Amino acid sequence: MTDTAASARHASLGTLIIGNCQAGVQLACSLRELGDTDPIVLVGEEPHAPYQRPPLSKAFLKGEITADSLTFRTHDFYREHNIELVTRERIVSISRDGSGGTAVAESGRRFDFARLALTTGAVPRQIPFDGSELEGVGYLRTATDATQLEQALGSARKLVVVGGGFIGLEVAAGARVAGLTVTVLEAAPRLVGRAVSEQTSEFYLQAHRRRGTRVVLNAQVVRFLGEHDRVTGVELGDGTVVPADVVLIGVGVIPRTELAEQLGLAIDNGIVVDGSALCSDGFTVAAGDCANLPNPSITPGGVARLRLESVQNAIEQGKVAAATLLGLPAEYSTVPWFWSDQADLKLQIAGLSGGHDQIVLRGEPDSEKFSVLYYRAGQLIAADCINKPLDFIAVRGALNHGQNVPADLAGDVTIPLKKLVSAAPALAGK
Amino acid sequence: MPSVTYISATGRETAVAGFAGDSVMETAVRNGVPGIVAECGGSLSCATCHVFVCAGSVFPAMEDLEDDMLDGTAIDREENSRLSCQLKLGDADIRVATPETQV
Repeated sequence: MTDTAASARHASLGTLIIGNCQAGVQLACSLRELGDTDPIVLVGEEPHAPYQRPPLSKAFLKGEITADSLTFRTHDFYREHNIELVTRERIVSISRDGSGGTAVAESGRRFDFARLALTTGAVPRQIPFDGSELEGVGYLRTATDATQLEQALGSARKLVVVGGGFIGLEVAAGARVAGLTVTVLEAAPRLVGRAVSEQTSEFYLQAHRRRGTRVVLNAQVVRFLGEHDRVTGVELGDGTVVPADVVLIGVGVIPRTELAEQLGLAIDNGIVVDGSALCSDGFTVAAGDCANLPNPSITPGGVARLRLESVQNAIEQGKVAAATLLGLPAEYSTVPWFWSDQADLKLQIAGLSGGHDQIVLRGEPDSEKFSVLYYRAGQLIAADCINKPLDFIAVRGALNHGQNVPADLAGDVTIPLKKLVSAAPALAGK
Repeated sequence: MPSVTYISATGRETAVAGFAGDSVMETAVRNGVPGIVAECGGSLSCATCHVFVCAGSVFPAMEDLEDDMLDGTAIDREENSRLSCQLKLGDADIRVATPETQV
């Protein structure tokens, strides 16, 4: 086939999106909203139509909702918008050039494309210790994982969570409410160390202990013990054994970059993209948990690049990537935000606190309703809000509009934060 | 099946068949109705599913958290403002208007 014939063939093929997830669905929907009429194929290996993941570690485990209710879009929606949804197909190889290419699934099925988007997500970081294959030891990422965990917890009395991050703490909190004996084992000296400050970590430590969860910091897991192929406990470095009927491992995720590597794309803790979600080849786009993007709120002293694991990021990057594929100008610029519901503790984080040089505490942590505000050079850059949705909304709004909240007044809980929002200091720019 | 009609900021009407027990937000999102973002999926964390309930459509009174969150919507709240993730469908047909922007 000549080059011209190849590009003509590819032009009618439209977009292939690899990864049936929040970012992938958003990308497909955004392509249609932007007027794209070419074919769109959204392919993923899970058996389900794309669904919301955050409730899996929360309401889903409590039995409050079913897998069906987590579905993003109806099958009719995909059909009406001419988005071909392909499930149970794992793409194992891709070849491409500037005008398109072909992806091949494990089954042998081929997907030709003119435009390619990688929304391959991430997989749980595995712990390679002895006993991790025992029945009762599991991870939580997919609806299938969540269903297994829900069943296991139903007949369990003792849950051990390895990893004191958001997923682990959400499950731990729910299991305590359900009356289980719960132990959280965290290797670091504090909880959720990657995401929040020491103040917020300390609050979560105390709050979970108040709810009856045993939390062991600086815990060194050595192996999982079992009988008749079922887990019975977790052995720690000091020789103690924590009894367990169920072990959930939640020690972070690893971005899925195998396909990007095959394509020779730049990889650095995720698929390297620019502010318009474009990969290093200048053709492919990537979005969501798998992508490493320029820090959207960069300021002096901030982190140059990062990977954001959040719904908001998946949505925003999906939109930007769709525009980029269509040759429209787009730049990721919104303020990142995150949430974590742990039993009755609602955490909402606005902004990125990396590089802060001042912290203002707003409210009393022991009241379980307070906020931690982060500043850099007098400018508000982020906040952790615990059971303070109004503070969160005010901070998110201020950050989105390049405004500030004076640090010397922010701690006064008698004044609504919204009333303190003002124009940013000239030095901070924006 | 109750019908839910969403009226965009420019006056365009989209009617969708809903299911009793589903929220006005879920019904919009699953059917791809524009004007409702719902980043948090209904966990009262984001205030991006703001709607104005049209006269004639009735829902139970809001709880404090929803009331608080409505103070932070992108377009200022009005008397008939609600977060659509908290509005469960019954048997009656419903009409809501969506704001110009949610974020």
